[in-house]
Amino acid sequence: MTLKTFGLDQFGFLVFSLQWTILLTVIALVGGGLLGFAVALARTAHLKPVRIAAATYIQVIQGIPVLMILFLSYYGLSLAGFELPPLCAAGASMTIYASGYLAEIWRGCIQAVPKQQWEASESLAMTRLQQYRYVILPQAMRISLPPTVGFAVQVVKNTSITSIIGFVELARAGQLINNATFQPFRVFLAVAVLYFVVCYPLSQLSRLLERRLHAGSSR
Amino acid sequence: MPEVVVENVHKSFGALEVLKGVSLSVGRGEVFALIGRSGSGKSTLLRCMNGLEKINAGRIEIAGHALGGDARALRKLRTDVGIVFQSYNLFPHLTVGENIMLAPRIVKDVAKAKARDVAREVLQLVGLSEKFDSYPDQLSGGQQQRVAIARSLAMRPKVMLFDEVTSALDPELTEEVLTVMENLARDGMTMILVTHEMGFARRVATQTIFMHKGKIWEQGPSAALFADPQTPELRQFVKSDVK
Ligand SMILES: Nc1ncnc2c1ncn2[C@@H]1O[C@H](COP(=O)(O)OP(=O)(O)O)[C@@H](O)[C@H]1O
Ligand SMILES: [Mg+2]
Repeated sequence: MTLKTFGLDQFGFLVFSLQWTILLTVIALVGGGLLGFAVALARTAHLKPVRIAAATYIQVIQGIPVLMILFLSYYGLSLAGFELPPLCAAGASMTIYASGYLAEIWRGCIQAVPKQQWEASESLAMTRLQQYRYVILPQAMRISLPPTVGFAVQVVKNTSITSIIGFVELARAGQLINNATFQPFRVFLAVAVLYFVVCYPLSQLSRLLERRLHAGSSR
Repeated sequence: MPEVVVENVHKSFGALEVLKGVSLSVGRGEVFALIGRSGSGKSTLLRCMNGLEKINAGRIEIAGHALGGDARALRKLRTDVGIVFQSYNLFPHLTVGENIMLAPRIVKDVAKAKARDVAREVLQLVGLSEKFDSYPDQLSGGQQQRVAIARSLAMRPKVMLFDEVTSALDPELTEEVLTVMENLARDGMTMILVTHEMGFARRVATQTIFMHKGKIWEQGPSAALFADPQTPELRQFVKSDVK
């Protein structure tokens, strides 16, 4: 690109790149959600070794920066001979990152269901699987909505880190346009506004769910 | 054949021995009241009877099942033994009807229409037919406790255990729950109940057991036991309750 000003074309490119940010967020939440759900269940399992393994996983993921997960999956695997396209490396890293946090959030929600609910359902001769399915998880899910949506906001913003390995999402698109226009204030203001447009409704939703949860008491 | 046999049961939590060799035998249709100071091991004894707590030594047989088998055997036992707790423990995300139908549906594979009939029947038994579609948080404490009793009854248990089911309730609400239990007793249900309601124990229980320091301190037909306590501990306990 030769030197240009920040105009409609450039803004269009930002909006286009926002799609990648959103796609990456969806991948992270779906993949991380599935993995995190399994880890959350393992974290509350009967068998102690299973619980310890799950706790270790959570500790490790939460204990290293997302950036390192990203480098490890991108450069590490390519050193080992696997060449991952940036979208795969970015998607895998964000999935792992999200799984560690969602597992911990959901573990808390499962454990927030009073132990009397376990005892009552156990006394009605339910299997552990039935207890989870019909009694514990429906209640845990309700509690989990506000913090889960709140975490989704973090994921949206943290996808910007994948620009480091050359994945062109919203933040990276901003850098590229800035390099071509040298109008950093305008460019990054536009980028910030776009992030805000996605995150603000989510934050509001999280807050709304939280208020509903308190008002609607137990159901 | 007694419906409940407890033989020399010991139970410890860590170093604390809570049950120190408890034995009792309850015939079919009998009603046993467990009384005693808080901490004397009444709840623990009751919870051992449906396997919520594992015993360290001794033997328990209830409704024709021996405790101590595998998970499947324990579930089988629990389909025949209902328990109701002080804190109701209804499932807050389900309606009254769903609370009652859930276990028969998924544990005993009862067809939906049949489960609904059973739910209506047991709700009528506890006088709450009109609450089928209400949620637990729309009910008073006494109503919730009656639903909890109905939920247990829907499994068609042979033995019912009650752990201080009226202790969280105001006096007026206590009455409505006690009435339900008295009707059950009259219909021939085998019942063991931990209670602070001495009048109720005296009137409804065929036998009353006074527990003290993890042991059965004194036991006898309710009327005789209350009229003429043999040990100073029970005398003291009965006296402190009257005032
Ligand atoms: N899960 C537990 N872990 C440790 N101690 C317990 C537990 N449950 C009960 N206890 C102790 O056992 C004793 C008897 O308790 P409990 O059976 O609840 O008595 P009661 O019902 O007669 O008031 C008490 O000292 C209590 O603190
Ligand atoms: Mg107790």
